[in-house]
Amino acid sequence: MAINPNETVLKVEDLRISFKAYGGMVQAVRGVSFDLKRGETVAIVGESGSGKSVSIKAIMGILAPNAVIESGRIEYDGMDLTKVSEEDFHKIRGNRIGLIFQDPLSALNPIMKIGKQITEVLHLSKKISSEEAKHRALELMHAVGIPEAERRFNQYPFQFSGGMRQRIVIAIALAGDPEILICDEPTTALDVTVQAKILELINKIKEERHLSVIFITHDLGVVANMADRVNVMYAGKIVESGTSEEIFFEPAHPYTWALLSSMPDLQTKERLLAIPGTPPNMIYPPAGDAFAARNKYAMKIDFEKEPPSFKLSDTHYASTWLLHPKAPKVDLPDVLRARIERMKGAK
Amino acid sequence: MAEESNYILEVKHLCQHFSSGRGKNKLLVKAVDDVSFGVRPAETFGLVGESGCGKTTTGRTIIRLYNPTSGEMYFNGRDIAGPMTKDLRRYLTDNIAMIFQDPIESLNPRMTIEEIVGEGLRIRGMKDKDEVRARVHEMLEKVGLTEEHATRYPHEFSGGQRQRIGIARAMIIKPKMIIADEPVSALDVSIQAQVINLLNDLKEEMGLTILFIAHNLSVVKYFSDRIGVMYYGRLVEIARGDDLYRCPLHPYTKALLSAIPEPNPITERTRKRIDYDPERDHDYSVEKPTMVEVAPEHFVYCSPSELEQYQKQLGL
Ligand SMILES: Nc1ncnc2c1ncn2[C@@H]1O[C@H](COP(=O)(O)OP(=O)(O)O)[C@@H](O)[C@H]1O
Ligand SMILES: Nc1ncnc2c1ncn2[C@@H]1O[C@H](COP(=O)(O)OP(=O)(O)O)[C@@H](O)[C@H]1O
Ligand code: SF4
Ligand SMILES: [Mg+2]
Ligand SMILES: [Mg+2]
Repeated sequence: MAINPNETVLKVEDLRISFKAYGGMVQAVRGVSFDLKRGETVAIVGESGSGKSVSIKAIMGILAPNAVIESGRIEYDGMDLTKVSEEDFHKIRGNRIGLIFQDPLSALNPIMKIGKQITEVLHLSKKISSEEAKHRALELMHAVGIPEAERRFNQYPFQFSGGMRQRIVIAIALAGDPEILICDEPTTALDVTVQAKILELINKIKEERHLSVIFITHDLGVVANMADRVNVMYAGKIVESGTSEEIFFEPAHPYTWALLSSMPDLQTKERLLAIPGTPPNMIYPPAGDAFAARNKYAMKIDFEKEPPSFKLSDTHYASTWLLHPKAPKVDLPDVLRARIERMKGAK
Repeated sequence: MAEESNYILEVKHLCQHFSSGRGKNKLLVKAVDDVSFGVRPAETFGLVGESGCGKTTTGRTIIRLYNPTSGEMYFNGRDIAGPMTKDLRRYLTDNIAMIFQDPIESLNPRMTIEEIVGEGLRIRGMKDKDEVRARVHEMLEKVGLTEEHATRYPHEFSGGQRQRIGIARAMIIKPKMIIADEPVSALDVSIQAQVINLLNDLKEEMGLTILFIAHNLSVVKYFSDRIGVMYYGRLVEIARGDDLYRCPLHPYTKALLSAIPEPNPITERTRKRIDYDPERDHDYSVEKPTMVEVAPEHFVYCSPSELEQYQKQLGL
């Protein structure tokens, strides 16, 4: 299959999602736009509660019943997924867009043999005999690196380690032969050595199957490992987007600066630049730039008016008033500048 | 290790074995197996390793939530592994405090912050309510909270604030040592840095000794003077942070280091993961492994022929 790198397979436009909750409407996603090109991995990075999972649940059509899609479009294959009926979603979910969650246990049925959990998906996606389904399931188990697949086929989820369970979940996600794979913090609950293997596996199957991947994480190391492009999310908005190099080496939004410099890397000796305070309450999101209250570079306008998205390159955008031509010039924090120089020098 | 101990905490050949199940299903879990290390006064000793390797059990055995299966433990020269007495319990709670991973589960939901933080003082017989209150307020301020917080309950606080409360509760009795078990693992990135900075400030100010348990190696490296790497109940390598990262010797340490993704797209594109397989990587059929000081302050669990190879690797 020839891959046209500029072909957009999925496009999210100005998505707004709120939840009816005790005390008011939780404005979880407040105007999110991003796209996914064929064959690439796009990361969404941000702290918990920033709206990452809600955004992709909208793509999968699995929002909670108290969710309200206030506006926006999700374009996929000539459809708007915000308007697709549940019946039609059955044909998309799993078959065309696969999903891997953080917690493999909750994605698996604890009292069903794992072989059956894979063949069930296979039967749903096409008409095949049970022998063929079993054969395909074993192939999938091989592909995701489960040793002794034939014996494992008849075991239950509790008989698998966390890493092996996540491999099964990946096998199930692949069973419908999707073209888009969405990974929502798939390795957050795993140990680093297991995480490394799962990330390798996702990259391998992505190449083999020409998948386009949306990868959600809060770990910048994982972002650097996986992503071609990165969307940085804060308080329900994408505050900066760019190629991996642009985000790591030329970050423009103070929140991205803060994320990049707040955690130590293996060379860090100096005091950490902690971000003061906590993320805002999304029932009453602040006016202006939601990060302003925690941002020492914030200007008066940041508290009053929402910044537009400023274009830095064809691929790099950031929503901060600091990029306005009339804004005072603010340099990258020294700690971050030093770290970026060090990163660029590393091999 | 030198006979003359300059350690405030010394653990020698510690074993903590649990048995579970009954009859022929009985299973022995060697959660901690022949572990030895020492921590110097005002030093931060990091303990890393993957889940289930025995980090928490090591910490809990030191404060005697468990009776050790075997081995010796000394704090300031005093034996703390022996039979539990009222006096030993008192000695331990006066000197060693623990900070837990989950700030939500470790705080009693029905107690106010003042009661939670002041509990250690009341247990030690401080009866004067005003004095307890004053000390609590002082401690809250130190951890970045205010006296207004004292009358509230844990559920009214964010994760990061709850961890500050946990730290205040641990620090108020002015312990000599803190065992911090994954103190930032449950917190968001932006909050982790706040708590790490706070622990660093308190460490400097109070001259604290810390046993810092975590699975995030970048955080352990940043926070610790020396680091012990655990694998299935055993310590396999102990070294100063920089030495461990620059010249890891044990194949498990190498595997662990090779697996940490760094926030750098240049190095990540070419990352080579190293696998560890004890069956393949060691031959202990004839030669038995022991903990050996390969270079000053650099200990590795290895056999004599592995030792030779490690010495070569270090150019010794
Ligand atoms: N069913 C729900 N009802 C009310 N609020 C919700 C619901 N699901 C998510 N939220 C809120 O939406 C916000 C974004 O959540 P989420 O997308 O899960 O964050 P994350 O970035 O950690 O994945 C949070 O404030 C969360 O509490
Ligand atoms: N109270 C207990 N009873 C039986 N087994 C235990 C107990 N506590 C821990 N273990 C086992 O001991 C091993 C080490 O656990 P733990 O010390 O919690 O590891 P870590 O903190 O490194 O993740 C694990 O296999 C765990 O299941
Ligand atoms: S484990 Fe061996 S026997 Fe089983 S499916 Fe794979 S190759 Fe075939
Ligand atoms: Mg989420
Ligand atoms: Mg633990």
